[in-house]
Amino acid sequence: MNRRVAWVIFFFVSLVALLAAGLTLNPREVPSPLIGKPAPAFELPRLDAPDKTFSHKEMLGRVWIMNVWASWCPPCLIEHPVITDLAKSGIAPVVGLNYKDKREDALPWLRKNGDPYALSVFDAAGRIAIDYGVYGVPETYVIDQKGIIRYKHIGPVSPEVAEKKLKPLVKELQARG
Amino acid sequence: MGRLLVLLLFPGVLFSQESPDLEKRVAQLSNELRCLVCQNQTIADSNAPLAVDLREQIREQLKSGRSEREVLEFMTARYGDFVLYRPPLKATTLALWVGPFVLLLAGAWILLRRVRKRPAAPELSEEERVRAAKLLE
Repeated sequence: MNRRVAWVIFFFVSLVALLAAGLTLNPREVPSPLIGKPAPAFELPRLDAPDKTFSHKEMLGRVWIMNVWASWCPPCLIEHPVITDLAKSGIAPVVGLNYKDKREDALPWLRKNGDPYALSVFDAAGRIAIDYGVYGVPETYVIDQKGIIRYKHIGPVSPEVAEKKLKPLVKELQARG
Repeated sequence: MGRLLVLLLFPGVLFSQESPDLEKRVAQLSNELRCLVCQNQTIADSNAPLAVDLREQIREQLKSGRSEREVLEFMTARYGDFVLYRPPLKATTLALWVGPFVLLLAGAWILLRRVRKRPAAPELSEEERVRAAKLLE
């Protein structure tokens, strides 16, 4: 075969491969600059008890999962069974960050769909969520014993993500101590 | 139209007339930042709740005396360089900045090579010249 034709074919095949790879990427998944950084501090009222607050400091020394959810968010309902299974497995405490919600909506939502959370904090203004770089609910974070964010999942957690990413990572972090 | 929309969406603007300067700075910065919910809009254009919240953040921070640069740092610390409509020049964005010029140079080089390789046009004989002149008349 003519060398030039070979080059042209090579060029187009590489171009197609590059574009095909680009198509499989999800533009919604923006890499978070917070991975490997300390989880932003917060002290927020509890969803179930407005007069009590909860701070990120109370989770220091433990690997934990933070799940950002809202009663107005349909994908949150979709992932809810997965989050429930994850919490029930007892692998790590799951703390809910109730995002821009109303208590009168959020509490019945938990009663109806089950409450897998160790507790939920109430971020009515979404101010803490901004610190965590949340731009779409649901989002899920894995935070280690030292309070460092190790993983962030954007969008509903699928059973595959829970089994293949979250659980192994939590175990690995726990083993590391 | 835009101004009307702003008034409808942020009646607060009416009350902050004492600082049109601040509103201008907020608008300018909002135009630099990408709305992550609707990724091809700036947070100035978008009415997604997050964009509204982020504009409010910008307003508060500028009001409290932070500089434009500090606000941009606040945003990139949380959402990454992706929020910037003008990404900074660094190792990870080098291809983005230099790529088009590399391609342009490569194209120019290939073109130049091909043009040089092309054999020069053959000289016309006197006879051919006369014929060509006739044909062109």
